[in-house]
Amino acid sequence: MKKVLFFLITLVALSSCVRVKEFQKSRINDSEMELSARKSEKFEQSFYLYREGASGANGGKSGGGCGCN
Amino acid sequence: MKKIILAIGLYCSFLQGVKAQEVDSLAYKKRALKFEEINLVAGYYDQDGHNSAITGGIGTEKLTDLASSFEIRLSKLDRKNRTHSFTADMNIDQYTSASSDNIDPLTVSSASRKDTHIYPSLSWSVKDDQTRTTHGLSYSYSTEYDYKSHGFSANYAALTKDKNTEFTFKAGAFYDTYMAILPAELRPLNYPSGAHGDMRGIEYKPRNSFNASFGLSQVINQRLQVMAIIEPSYQEGLLSTPFHRVYFTNGNETLEKLPGTRFKLPIGLRLSYFMGDQTVIRAFYRAYVDDWGMTAHTANLEVPFKVTPFFSISPFYRFNAQTAVKYFKPYAQHLTSESFYTSDYDLSAFTSQFVGAGLRLATPGGILGIANWNALEIRYGYYSRSNGMVGHSLTMHIKIK
Repeated sequence: MKKVLFFLITLVALSSCVRVKEFQKSRINDSEMELSARKSEKFEQSFYLYREGASGANGGKSGGGCGCN
Repeated sequence: MKKIILAIGLYCSFLQGVKAQEVDSLAYKKRALKFEEINLVAGYYDQDGHNSAITGGIGTEKLTDLASSFEIRLSKLDRKNRTHSFTADMNIDQYTSASSDNIDPLTVSSASRKDTHIYPSLSWSVKDDQTRTTHGLSYSYSTEYDYKSHGFSANYAALTKDKNTEFTFKAGAFYDTYMAILPAELRPLNYPSGAHGDMRGIEYKPRNSFNASFGLSQVINQRLQVMAIIEPSYQEGLLSTPFHRVYFTNGNETLEKLPGTRFKLPIGLRLSYFMGDQTVIRAFYRAYVDDWGMTAHTANLEVPFKVTPFFSISPFYRFNAQTAVKYFKPYAQHLTSESFYTSDYDLSAFTSQFVGAGLRLATPGGILGIANWNALEIRYGYYSRSNGMVGHSLTMHIKIK
C-alpha cells in the first residue's frame, strides 16, 4: 500500500502539474479519458461485487440488493 | 381629451402586456425540460465452477444472467441558471442458478432455481456554474424473490476556479430485508420452504449498509488526470446467506454463520493518460481491507486505441488478489467449536483475472444514419478464478443523445 502511494505521489510530482486552461483540455475532455467506469462496465461491476470479497471505490454498487447466488 | 388619454393608456397597457408575455415566453423556453440522453445497456453473463456455498463448498456454481438497463436523463434550467438533472434508471436481471436449485434438492425445481432481479433508481442533481458546485439526491429500490432493498444517497461536488481540481462526496444508506429460506434438511419442524404458497411464518431478517465516498480528482497537465477515492462502508444485520450450508469435520451439517457487522475500507486510484494522438491509458488500482480479515488488491488496465477519431478498440486486463476471511474453511474442515463459519468461496483466498476487449463507435452524424444514435459500444471479457471458476461476459451499450 505504501509503495502504491509513493508511486502515485512520485508520478504526480514528476508530471509537471501545470494550470491547464479550458481551451487546452481537448484531450482531457475526450470521452475515453473519463475518470469513471464506463456504462458498459455496469454489469461487470455487479459480478465483481458478487464473486469477490472486496468491493467499493470503483464507482460500482457498494450496498443493497443481494446477488448471493 | 379624456377619451384620448384613456385610449393611449389602454394602448400602453396592451403593449406592456404583449411585452410581458414575450418575456414570460422566453423565460419559459429557457426553463423547459430538455432531453439529454438515453443509455441502453444489455448484458449476458455465464459462469461455472465447483465450489458452491449452497452445498457447503462443493458442487456446481453454474449460473447465467441476462441483464438489461434503461436510463434516461433530462435537464432543466432554473431561475438562477442552475442546471437540474433528473435521471431514471431501470435495471432487470433474469438469472438461472443451478446451485440455488440445491436449496431444496428433493424437489424437481425449487423456487430459487431462476429469479428476476429488478432494481430501478431515481436521482436528481443541481449544478451551479457560478459556485462550481453540484449536489443531489437519489433513491434506489431492489427486489428479488427473497430480497428487498431501499437505498438513499446524497452527493456533493465542488470544482476549483480553474476547473482542474474536483472534490466529491457521497453518502448512502441501504435498508434491506432478507427472507430466510433455509436448506430443506435444516428447516425446523413446520418451517415454511419459502416457495409460492408456503411462506406463512417465514422469518425476515434485516441487512443494512451505510457508506461514504470521498473523491479528489486533479488535472495534472494537458494529457494526464488522476483521481483518488476512499469509500468506507459499514454493514449490520444478517450478513450470512440463510441457505448456505456448512459441513463440520465430524460430518454434521449446519447453516453458514457470520458476524452481524462488517467494516470495509477500500481506497481506489484512477489515472487517465492520453499518449500521442491515438492511444489512451486508463488505469485503476484498489487496495481493500475489512474487519473480517480480508485484504485485497485489484488492478485494471485498459488501453483504448483510436483507429479513427470515431472508432476505438479497447483491450483490457484486470487482476484481483484477495486473502480469505478468517471464518472461511473448505468443505468439511470446520470445527464445531468455532463461533463463525462459512464455506463460501467468494470469501476464500484466490486470484482472479478478467481479460477482453471493447469496440466503440461514435460517428458524428449518428450511427447507421440515425442522427440521435450517438454511440455504440460492445465489450467481451473472460473471467477466471484460481479456484477453477470461469465466466464470460458480453455487454452492449447504446447511447441516444
